[in-house]
Amino acid sequence: MVLADTGVQAERSSALDREEEKVFVASQWRLMWWRFAKHKAAFFAGVVIILLYLVSFGAEFVASSDPSAGLVEHAYMPPQSIRWFDDGRFSPHVNGVVSARDSFTLKMTHEVDPDVKVPISFFIRGYEYEFLGIFKSDRHLFGIEGDESRPAPFIMGTDKLGRDLYSRIIYGTRISMSIGLVGVVVSLALGIVLGGLSGFYGGVTDTIIQRIIEILRSVPTIPLWIALAAAVPGDWSTLRIYFAITIIISLLAWTELGRVVRGRFLSLREEEFVTAARLAGASDIRIILRHMVPAFTSHVIAAATLAIPFMIISETALSFLGLGLRPPAISWGVLLKAAQNVQAVAVYPWLMLPAMPVVIAVLSFNFMGDGLRDAADPYG
Amino acid sequence: MLNFIIRRSLLALLTIWALSVMSFVIIQLPPGDYADQYVQELLQGGWASGGAGAIAEEMERNLRREYGLDQPLFVQYVKWAWRMVQGDFGQSLEFQKPVRDVVGERLLMTVILAGTTALFAWGLSIPIGIYSAVRHHRIEDYTVTFIGFVGLAVPDFLLALWLLWMSFKFFPGLGIGGLFSPEYIDAPWSVARVIDLMSHLWIAALVVGTAGTAALIRVMRANLLDELHKPYVVTARAKGVTEWKLLLKYPVRLALNPLVSTLGYLLPFLMSGSIIVSVVLDLPTEGPLLLRALLAEDLYISATIVLLLGTLTVIGTLMSDILLGLLDPRIRIS
Repeated sequence: MVLADTGVQAERSSALDREEEKVFVASQWRLMWWRFAKHKAAFFAGVVIILLYLVSFGAEFVASSDPSAGLVEHAYMPPQSIRWFDDGRFSPHVNGVVSARDSFTLKMTHEVDPDVKVPISFFIRGYEYEFLGIFKSDRHLFGIEGDESRPAPFIMGTDKLGRDLYSRIIYGTRISMSIGLVGVVVSLALGIVLGGLSGFYGGVTDTIIQRIIEILRSVPTIPLWIALAAAVPGDWSTLRIYFAITIIISLLAWTELGRVVRGRFLSLREEEFVTAARLAGASDIRIILRHMVPAFTSHVIAAATLAIPFMIISETALSFLGLGLRPPAISWGVLLKAAQNVQAVAVYPWLMLPAMPVVIAVLSFNFMGDGLRDAADPYG
Repeated sequence: MLNFIIRRSLLALLTIWALSVMSFVIIQLPPGDYADQYVQELLQGGWASGGAGAIAEEMERNLRREYGLDQPLFVQYVKWAWRMVQGDFGQSLEFQKPVRDVVGERLLMTVILAGTTALFAWGLSIPIGIYSAVRHHRIEDYTVTFIGFVGLAVPDFLLALWLLWMSFKFFPGLGIGGLFSPEYIDAPWSVARVIDLMSHLWIAALVVGTAGTAALIRVMRANLLDELHKPYVVTARAKGVTEWKLLLKYPVRLALNPLVSTLGYLLPFLMSGSIIVSVVLDLPTEGPLLLRALLAEDLYISATIVLLLGTLTVIGTLMSDILLGLLDPRIRIS
């Protein structure tokens, strides 16, 4: 009995040892991954973000109709719900819609006709597009095949010009999600260079850069970036406006990243391994790139992830006010501008739908950033 | 302490100077200058007939001389800055009034809105923060934390839009948007007008204050959690002090310290933070005026508002820093 007990214990402790051994030999990145994966909300948010980027990458495929084409008789059509079954058989369809112009109010009215069934099929051939400028295709995830008079199921309704709101939101994903990434790259570049200089060299450089950061942080950002965005000439091309807006947002947003980088440099500067590298005759650049940067990459990634939602909100707000991107560019903010008017929202509430992806994206980045921040220091 | 105050004040002055340069840049960015615009505005207004062309040219020359527009940028900046210091903010093209009057009209409402919002944010966040900390790791705490998180993440102008729609749909009688009912907009101040203002103000304050309230709840909760497990709390509890008295008398007072320091900049922060919401809700504050001026290129108005909001923020931050320095000696030493 006693013998058996010790046997079980030995087995248990060896299982524990194996478990511990796994932790001991795991690399830093593997430890972080374990920690991040344990954070359920952050993990789920990460999956949502990957999906959003996949959608923005393949927007042409996911959208079911040309986002800039619309028929006037489809103007302001409310969202159509998909019916998945027909007489108990799986056969997704939307009901037909009879549109007419009200002779009194001159508004378009849309009557749903439950007898007409328009089938929805998957991987259909629809309007032709050039994917990433490489090859032409006309495949779409889903839609209505071969009906010229009705190019899309209109699951999120249509706008003033009868354009499919769902397809427009999908296309908007591309600009809205990428502006966060591009903006964070610009902010990171500024933050790493200036924060790094400040933290690594200290002294007068540090004082000057710190004063600049303090000034930028105490300036109210909203009036300033509204004013700067308004100064972007309206006749610029979409691409130029896109970069101008990104740079305006980044110029006011890099300070937080700069602060994080500087703090890391300051604490690492005094570490033994840095002194050892210096004594061994390594150059400043080598010390920074080879020894210090890998030690704080995880922290910077976490801080950068938390900076992205701010960029997305900024672009949305600017475009919403009509100071950011302008049509024909499509972003969530540009689409929301149609909902700026209270009267329009009261009659056509689905114009507010582009707010949904904004909220989802912002929440996901926040949750994922929180998880990354916890995981960034796996020994803590 | 004196050293600390002087150092902070110098930094604040430097910041205000940097702001004035940025505002000046805002005036300079669009093509053409003030004189061009002014004359163009006059010509559009029916001056073009007859010999007005020559008069317009004469006026343009005079304006150029007065504002020094034909001189180098540096001189222009100094002249402009000197006029700003004297309280002459220039002339609004769109309103044909001095900028001072146009901006001044809306300043009172902006301050009232920011003040109400601050009261609202404080009044709500302190009790909720305390409650959330006391119920740490229970369902109530998680609920509050989640709502706070959403409140921080959802852009306030989207919240405003959604609230507008909800009120349209469910309470068509409730006038949301604007700060006055139509019949009171241009009425002189009276008791009835103040009551009307109050009935509109709370909803605007609710929307403007959501993000701030959420942030304050988080701060209050974190501060209180730090204090709740300290030995002095255990001692007091062991001595039989009732739970509520204990809570309010010791840890809450300590946890409030960092919150007090936000007093200074909360107001100006709310004033510039409410710009976009004000546009959505159509409030008679500086926000929609700034947007209108920027779109109409009424440059002296936009520069004045940016500089005004900026200066208020800087002064508010300075006051908070000094307040915090007085409360917490560790800050003024480092």
